[in-house]
Amino acid sequence: MKEKLHQLKLKYQGKKMAPAFNALHTFLYMPNETTHSGAHVRAADDLKRTMNTVILALVPCLLFGMFNAGYQHYSAINGFPENFSLFDHFLTWDNFLVGITTVLPLVIVSYGVGLAIEFLFAVIKGHEVEEGYLVTGMLVPLIIPVDTPLWMLAIAVAFGVVIGKEVFGGTGMNILNPALTIRAFLFFAYPTWMSGDKVWVHEGVERAGTADAISGETVLGSLAQGSDYAYSLSDMFYGFIPGSVGETSTLLILLGALFLIFSKIASWRIMVSAVVGALAMGLIFNGIVDAGWLPEYSKFYTLMSFPYWQHLLVGGLAFGIVFMATDPVTGSQTNKGKWYYGFFIGFLSVMIRVFNPGYPEGVFLAILLMNVFAPTIDHYVVKGNIKKRLKRFKTATIYPKASDEVDSLKTETA
Amino acid sequence: MALLSKKDANLIKDPLADNNPITIQVLGICSALAITAELKASVVMAISVLFVLGVGNVVISLIRNIIPAKIRIIVQLVVVASLVIIVDQVLKAFAYELSKTLSVFVGLIITNCIIMGRFEAFALGNGPWKSFLDGIGNALGYGVILVIVGFFRELLGSGTLFGMKVLGDPVTKTGLYSIGYENNGFMIIPPAALIVVGIIIWVQRSRNRELIEEA
Repeated sequence: MKEKLHQLKLKYQGKKMAPAFNALHTFLYMPNETTHSGAHVRAADDLKRTMNTVILALVPCLLFGMFNAGYQHYSAINGFPENFSLFDHFLTWDNFLVGITTVLPLVIVSYGVGLAIEFLFAVIKGHEVEEGYLVTGMLVPLIIPVDTPLWMLAIAVAFGVVIGKEVFGGTGMNILNPALTIRAFLFFAYPTWMSGDKVWVHEGVERAGTADAISGETVLGSLAQGSDYAYSLSDMFYGFIPGSVGETSTLLILLGALFLIFSKIASWRIMVSAVVGALAMGLIFNGIVDAGWLPEYSKFYTLMSFPYWQHLLVGGLAFGIVFMATDPVTGSQTNKGKWYYGFFIGFLSVMIRVFNPGYPEGVFLAILLMNVFAPTIDHYVVKGNIKKRLKRFKTATIYPKASDEVDSLKTETA
Repeated sequence: MALLSKKDANLIKDPLADNNPITIQVLGICSALAITAELKASVVMAISVLFVLGVGNVVISLIRNIIPAKIRIIVQLVVVASLVIIVDQVLKAFAYELSKTLSVFVGLIITNCIIMGRFEAFALGNGPWKSFLDGIGNALGYGVILVIVGFFRELLGSGTLFGMKVLGDPVTKTGLYSIGYENNGFMIIPPAALIVVGIIIWVQRSRNRELIEEA
């Protein structure tokens, strides 16, 4: 089998379809070429390995999302179970069946359309297929509502991959996170499918207006309308709440985060600073409410008095911070820059949540905005470093004094 | 026998394709983004600019030798402003609804870079006939892009063309809407125009690689 593939590769070499073939080939097997000269960097983590690690971290969220899709569906019909037990009410075949029939098509469409476009561009442009879509394709189904129509998803994926990535030069060159570009496109193109109290529950939209109508409002959605929500803190933490497919379970996201930090794929600096940013903004809002500056009839009252740390448990904040803010391509590159970048993502997310009731969730907007600013942040970090070093150079004492070699030594110190 | 000499014909043809004011010179983007959500508004805007630029170029060309160089910009502005006011008044008198849609953007034709650009670059140095052709050519080049953008934005964004429901009725679910199709709200907002113009630029440049600028 392996030998045959190598022979096939030689046959396709230089042909138009070569990139497409090579992509599939190297996905499964190691190529048989060896380099002939010199020492080379040896590393086990190429782009494919990196991407696969992130996908591994996402799998628990995906599985949980499938069960949750069923759980929310049946709970909306029959009411939430009174004595909740994990195995009797959540990890059941019924739940999984609903989940797999709704979520799996999303995954398939997302990967199918996205990879088709990647292959198409590779064949047209004649470069190797880049693996950039592997993670995006998994992220996309996790950040949209369960019942998103498949054709809408297909259009959004095509838009996101072409306009968000390929026009900038493909994987590694994009300025915006492709997964979030896709979500933003869906959000602005088909807002009725991306917000409201119907879309988060399977069949919610279909049954709207009939006697069997069901609905499930997200915590943030309820807060934005100033009404109460029926979920306990542990529900929010474990993720038994309505929301986009894979974003609800803070616990599993936390596990994914530890895995990514441990394997050094994602930047812990961005995660920590984003959490700090969100907490800071939440604290400011809580402080304003506690100080009594905000009258109770204000439409921001419920959201601003929402305990600051609970912002991390609801909506897509945790998911966005762990899996999308840490995207190495669109985020800041410098260590110092990462602190600023992450901080503002958290800070702005909570701010958008509170001040814009039209967008109950602000994480994707905040991350996209900071994606745009990331190069600017890096620029000033690098400039600041140059300035610091120049200053050090000016005050530096250079030995030996008053010799002919002073000038050449000076350049060395710089 | 040709109606126009080859050189004159190029004055009209060039701006339509390889020297398009929007896609090549990237001028007049502001109005292209603002008023192209509907095809009708795009067409009216294109006609307005056609009038202003065609007549304006001739006027400037006629008086080009008596304008003192130091105050030429002000003179040009006076000419455009008078023409734009005529367009505005005509629209208000005969197409009031439309003039409300176009709102401030009719007035902003004055600041449309294409118009000042053609006055400066062409009408000040050429005779009235040539200036007229140049004005018409550039206005058409501008108009063509406006109409293309307007066509796609109205079709995909509202499912209509010139206000006619070509894709069926979204409320009673006829035509395409009966199988679950929905209008794309993204196409209504101005950023969509930027993306459509970007795609036109992309297509044009990949068809004619000579147009690609050096990076």
